[in-house]
Amino acid sequence: MAPLKYLYSTDHKVIGLLYGFTSLCFLLVGFVLVIVIRWQLAFPGQPVPYVAGLLGAANAPGGIVLPEFYNQLGAMHGTIMVFLGVVPLAVGAFGNYLVPLQIGAPDMAFPRLNLASYWFYAAGGAIMLASFFLPGGAANNGWTSYAPLSDLAPGHGQTFWLLGMLFIIFSSLLGALNFITTIVQLRAPGLTWFRLPFFVWAQFVTAFLLLLAFPALQAAALLQGMDRLAGSSFFLPSGLAVSGQALDVAGGGNALLWQHLFWFLGHPEVYVLILPAMGIAAEVIANNTRKPLWGYRVMVYSVFVLGFLSFVVWAHHMFLTGMGTAISAFFQTTTMIISIPSVVILSSLILSLYGGSIRFTTPMLFALAFLPMFGIGGLTGLPLGLATTDIPLHDTNYVVGHFHYLVAPGTIFALFAGIYHWFPRITGRMMNDVLGRIHFAGSLICMNVIFLPMFVQGLAGVNRRLWDGGAEYAHAQGVLHFNVPMSIAAFGLAFFQLFFIVNLFMSIRYGRRVDTNPWEATTLEWNTGTAPVRVYRDPYDYSVPGAKADFTPQYERAEA
Amino acid sequence: MIPDPMLEWLGLPVAGSAHAADVDRVMALVHWLMLVLFVGWSLFFAYVLVRFRRKAHPAASHHGLRGRWSSWIEGGVLAAEVVLLAFFSIPVWSSRVDAFPSERASTVVRVVAEQFAWNVHYPGPDGRFGRTDITLIGPANPLGLDRSDPAARDDITTINQLNVPVNRPVIVHLSSKDMVHSFTLPQMRVKQDAIPGVPQPVWFTPTETGEWEIACSQLCGLGHYRMRGFYAVQRQADFDAWLVSEAALLAEP
Amino acid sequence: MHTLPYTTEIRPDTGLTNPKLGIWLFLASEVMLFGSLFSAYALLRSGAASWPDQSAVLSVPLATLNTVILISSSVTMVLAWSGARAGRMDRFRIYMGLTLLCGAGFLAVKAVEYGDKFAHGLLPSTDNFLALYFTMTGVHAVHVLAGMVVNAFLLGPGARMWRSEPERFTNRVEVAGIYWHFVDVVWIFLFPVLYLL
Ligand code: HEA
Ligand code: HEA
Ligand code: CUA
Ligand SMILES: [Cu+2]
Repeated sequence: MAPLKYLYSTDHKVIGLLYGFTSLCFLLVGFVLVIVIRWQLAFPGQPVPYVAGLLGAANAPGGIVLPEFYNQLGAMHGTIMVFLGVVPLAVGAFGNYLVPLQIGAPDMAFPRLNLASYWFYAAGGAIMLASFFLPGGAANNGWTSYAPLSDLAPGHGQTFWLLGMLFIIFSSLLGALNFITTIVQLRAPGLTWFRLPFFVWAQFVTAFLLLLAFPALQAAALLQGMDRLAGSSFFLPSGLAVSGQALDVAGGGNALLWQHLFWFLGHPEVYVLILPAMGIAAEVIANNTRKPLWGYRVMVYSVFVLGFLSFVVWAHHMFLTGMGTAISAFFQTTTMIISIPSVVILSSLILSLYGGSIRFTTPMLFALAFLPMFGIGGLTGLPLGLATTDIPLHDTNYVVGHFHYLVAPGTIFALFAGIYHWFPRITGRMMNDVLGRIHFAGSLICMNVIFLPMFVQGLAGVNRRLWDGGAEYAHAQGVLHFNVPMSIAAFGLAFFQLFFIVNLFMSIRYGRRVDTNPWEATTLEWNTGTAPVRVYRDPYDYSVPGAKADFTPQYERAEA
Repeated sequence: MIPDPMLEWLGLPVAGSAHAADVDRVMALVHWLMLVLFVGWSLFFAYVLVRFRRKAHPAASHHGLRGRWSSWIEGGVLAAEVVLLAFFSIPVWSSRVDAFPSERASTVVRVVAEQFAWNVHYPGPDGRFGRTDITLIGPANPLGLDRSDPAARDDITTINQLNVPVNRPVIVHLSSKDMVHSFTLPQMRVKQDAIPGVPQPVWFTPTETGEWEIACSQLCGLGHYRMRGFYAVQRQADFDAWLVSEAALLAEP
Repeated sequence: MHTLPYTTEIRPDTGLTNPKLGIWLFLASEVMLFGSLFSAYALLRSGAASWPDQSAVLSVPLATLNTVILISSSVTMVLAWSGARAGRMDRFRIYMGLTLLCGAGFLAVKAVEYGDKFAHGLLPSTDNFLALYFTMTGVHAVHVLAGMVVNAFLLGPGARMWRSEPERFTNRVEVAGIYWHFVDVVWIFLFPVLYLL
């Protein structure tokens, strides 16, 4: 069995694992970048210990992070985490591995497109990583790449960023149409729409978001590429003067055009980050409470509403670009409305716990912690969604805290839950429980110590993306002292991930062997029988009154 | 009126302008809503985890919770959001962007952002801003002000120093020479992106005197972190005296 | 390897085959891509201080010629498909060949147009109208090229499938055709917007 074989297999399980391994590596890269960021924020201008030599003399002479390099770290941390880490893990890995299994399909509808999608992703990732080694380094204009800054950025980092994004976008488009086709066409006999596990619904709506939102960034990247390479002025208005010199371009462009195109993707993208996570949490919660999800249908409707509305809220990222009352009222209103389906889904998940018989397994711990963490992240979205309160909060650490609660102890926790939960399905072995619990407790505490003070700092007016963490500003002085414990917690978070990494690799070899359905789950992915699948019942038939076990799998025929 | 403890807890900067109280009120209200929801759900969450742990509740109930009181909560959240929107956020916003005071009754000033400084431009005693031209921009003339224009003769320019008189509306005509910056006066609850090619006005009425800092809130390059300016809200007499001393500097060769 | 259901036969409850659904979804994302580019055009043009007289800058006769070529190629594409469906590979070959020829003709005319602009120093850096012109027609030309690659494959090595799985082959031609018509429709929007308005 040549391992090379796995690199061009069209089996969705193999592709899923490829995606999984690659995206975990990217998460690690994103994390390493942020460790340097956190060092710099806590100890601005002091040499980074131990790894100073690795950063490169052009980036960090003597180990001291230069402002240009700090901006590279921030931009690439955001880009890598979002586009190369979380989305490929949540959709590429979990989606690929589980969706066909959960719907009883032999494979994805287009196996070769699936493989192509992986390779476009890998190529995009390679381009992004390579850009660190260019003279001048990687992109350093924020993950949002606002023009004209990104248009005029010297060096080739930003150009590589655009090229890498084009690859990643193409990969996502291929993946998305594959998921939708698979779910629509390849559901097993008897698997009607409302018998789909919630995870599949989440992936379904996610795929639509990817399919329809990403092209806006595709267009934007092409336009910015033209600006950078062919000298056009799409995002360059007339009358620019940079470093005291009038800029020699045609002008006539519009800097806000970039922002509109970016956020038209950007907002749906954040739901791409959360929906699969909600799906995973739902599966794990149903399984470990031994009862059906409460309000399953309403949850499905809510995901759809969320999907539709996510296309009409993008300008809530742009309240302070000079918006009149009417337009701001529109976007504030849509933003408030879109919070309701999130509230409904979250409430349903919490209410699902009521009446359960709750097993506190390691995946369940992560899935449970997801709920209040998402709650904090989501609730802090409300003051950002009201234009009036966004005035003091926009582009402060409050925003950074808001979205990290959603993506880090939110999505990342759900992804951990998924890994611990489905690991036995993949390897036939369990992950170690003690290591898992240490990983959980350590991560939960560290995450909160890192991100909770961000709200305090943001309310005090400390801006984000500051090389010195705000040390320059008088109004920041009262809350600056938080930076040291926050950063220590970030280093602690890294330490606790070692428990996960060791656990993951050790368990592949030495984990406790289990049979095919160790969690006593109901959904189809646990059915490893060879008989053609047929579905007879709802996804979560746990504790059905009168049944002989507390779970009745979907593939089990009703008793006569 | 009883002071809202939420305002204390949030730790916002000094509220130094007329509309700051309005902004802060919405801020406090929305945080009350968040706190109630979070604490309420957390209590329920903790109760459920203890009450329905496997040991205490070995057999799960298939149907789970009966009753639809969660819809009432969701409806309540929606209602609260509608109130916040319709009665607070939208009106306050509208007063910021629609109800500009007349230029006559205000202190009018131009602020031009660049990497990494705030150029401030006062019209001088004649109340008219002189012509500017990007081709005139140079180290000594960051605004590109054409001093040969009669209206420009008495114009006062500073770098990173904005002075305004207290209790009189201030209108800032904001623009940018290069990148997107964001003009931020934390104590005035003022923040407005300065976007090249899209000049915009922003206004506020300072009510507290003091000396604070102008922050840049939008990533604008390697010096973003040090794009700090200063602003002073002065009593009218002090402000007038400052203008006179600036004008005197102008007269020197 | 398992065989996947519904690659050629229609799934009764959805009324679709996999490739058909796949291509329509792909085109949905393409609509968003070109939609974004057209929106950029609208925004930049409406905000511009001045806008050149488009039809004076560009060559309307050449573009009209290209429109005719591309529409003809859609017709020959349909004829190629119906040839394949009727089991007449000879007819398929002729019409598919013609479609390819039209595609090549379109690109050749485009190349002449581009060359002419370059020769007169009219570049993307000249003004935003030209920049939009080059970007939008460039993206479109890449789509034409991609379609030609697919068509050439179906005419060449891909045609072997006709002997083993004729139905599947016909479906492939149909799917390629749907894409090709889409590329044609995009041009029908580009032509007036860039050359006439
Ligand atoms: C996963 C990603 C994710 C999610 C789901 C959300 C969800 C929301 N976001 Fe967030 N957001 C981001 C990621 C996300 N966001 C990112 C990355 C940015 C910054 C980008 C950048 O500038 O770099 C951002 C920025 C951002 C802004 C711009 C801020 C600014 O730049 O000034 C705004 C403004 O409206 C906003 C609003 C919202 C709202 C209203 C929601 C709502 O959908 C939230 C609704 C949820 C709730 C209301 C919670 C309900 C839960 C409960 C009630 C239960 C509580 C439970 C327990 C206690 C157990 N977000
Ligand atoms: C999905 C998105 C995501 C995720 C998960 C994270 C995770 C984290 N982020 Fe990130 N962040 C962003 C998206 C994300 N971030 C974005 C978009 C920005 C804005 C950028 C900009 O300004 O443009 C940002 C900015 C940002 C800043 C602000 C920088 C600034 O304003 O100057 C900070 C500061 O502390 C920070 C910290 C962290 C920390 C400590 C984590 C931690 O939670 C990290 C935790 C990581 C893990 C837990 C990884 C686990 C993986 C493994 C253990 C791998 C195992 C590997 C194998 C088995 C091979 N982030
Ligand atoms: Cu100017 Cu940041
Ligand atoms: Cu958003």
